[in-house]
Amino acid sequence: MTPPSPSLALLKRDLGLSLARGGGPVLAAGFYLTLMAMVPLSLGPEAQTLSKIAPGLTWLCLALASLLSLERLFERDYEDGVFDLLRTGPLALEWVAFLKCLAQWLGTGLILSLMTPVVMILLGAPVGVAGWALVAALIGSFSFALIGGAGASLTLGSRKGGVLIALLVLPFYVPPVIFGAGLMQAFVTGAPVFQALSLLSAYGLFALALGPIAMGAALRSALN
Amino acid sequence: MALSLVVDALSLKKGYRHLIHDLSFSVAPGECVALTGANGVGKTTLLRTLAGFIRPDGGHVRYAGGVDPEGSVAAQAHYLGHAEALSPGRLAGAELDFQRAFLGGTAAGQAEAIRRLNLSPLLELETRMLSAGQKRRLSCARLIMARRPVWLLDEPMSPLDTEHRAKLAELMQGHLSEGGLIVCAVHDALPFEVRELRLTAPAMEAVYG
Repeated sequence: MTPPSPSLALLKRDLGLSLARGGGPVLAAGFYLTLMAMVPLSLGPEAQTLSKIAPGLTWLCLALASLLSLERLFERDYEDGVFDLLRTGPLALEWVAFLKCLAQWLGTGLILSLMTPVVMILLGAPVGVAGWALVAALIGSFSFALIGGAGASLTLGSRKGGVLIALLVLPFYVPPVIFGAGLMQAFVTGAPVFQALSLLSAYGLFALALGPIAMGAALRSALN
Repeated sequence: MALSLVVDALSLKKGYRHLIHDLSFSVAPGECVALTGANGVGKTTLLRTLAGFIRPDGGHVRYAGGVDPEGSVAAQAHYLGHAEALSPGRLAGAELDFQRAFLGGTAAGQAEAIRRLNLSPLLELETRMLSAGQKRRLSCARLIMARRPVWLLDEPMSPLDTEHRAKLAELMQGHLSEGGLIVCAVHDALPFEVRELRLTAPAMEAVYG
């Protein structure tokens, strides 16, 4: 048996941490469902209204639910001094940060994405939308995780950084929300979906390219 | 394994405070330097700079003569700080497995660490249940699991009991005899021959003059 690579070991550890400690996926999923359950209560149960706004609202709630566990993404390892160990390892800090975001996404974003089509349909969106809703939510939540990671790394070390992260990160959550909800809208109205899908994917790639570099720089300055 | 450390005209600031000004020293393979000095004089900051975590305000830290002189400083060194790098909710054994895989250690090294530091009774416990001394013993395991020429230790003895202080001293001597080097912040004298480097706060005239 070959020993597991450093990257794999780190991914496994972080995934285990995010799943084991309460407040990871269960909290985010519960928050997401509760938020969505409040929509018909506040707007009235009229099916026509709900089905019209279902895609947009679902995306809004997905963005908010993705914010929840960001504060703990780097904070707990920072407090425990784990970063001192990680920095003496063979991996670049950018790659370490990316792996942490990936673990975060696998533990939370992936589950939220799987719930998205269900929630959308429950609110009255047409059933045929499910496939595209899932694809869009997967890309969207992945960019949420990376952009959110950049926000979390910037506020590292400031006590009570949670609200600050939300303020920093939410403006950058706007494009995927627009493109994601736009994709759903396009599908419902029968317009071609590929324009919105390419814009959403482009934003995902943007987050993938810039997120790790930003996180690496921010972590380096926070961890001195 | 043979690597020497050269510190050249190093200056360090913390905020607006000058901690270290124009410090030069070198550590040869097989040598242990004990950093002493009053609280807050900059021992930890100096160690973190040697590990490459902090960019110095002036001067250089160089490692010379290693297998890979161009390689990153951090990947040739072990840094043991005040924080033990253990996640409170995880099992001690799982943390050990992770550290070995992450730092590129060997299974034989891990078994040796468990044996020499008497860690087997701790492996099934969550790390938040451990005492300060037990956590420190767990941290010391990575010194054995993954062999690296440079050990940077920040008051390694302080939480340990008499028996394990002796064990750690033995480990450090073994490391030195294999040609490794140690820089170690201490308050109590170490039980073997070391070179003492006493840090003092720099005089204002020296900094601004």
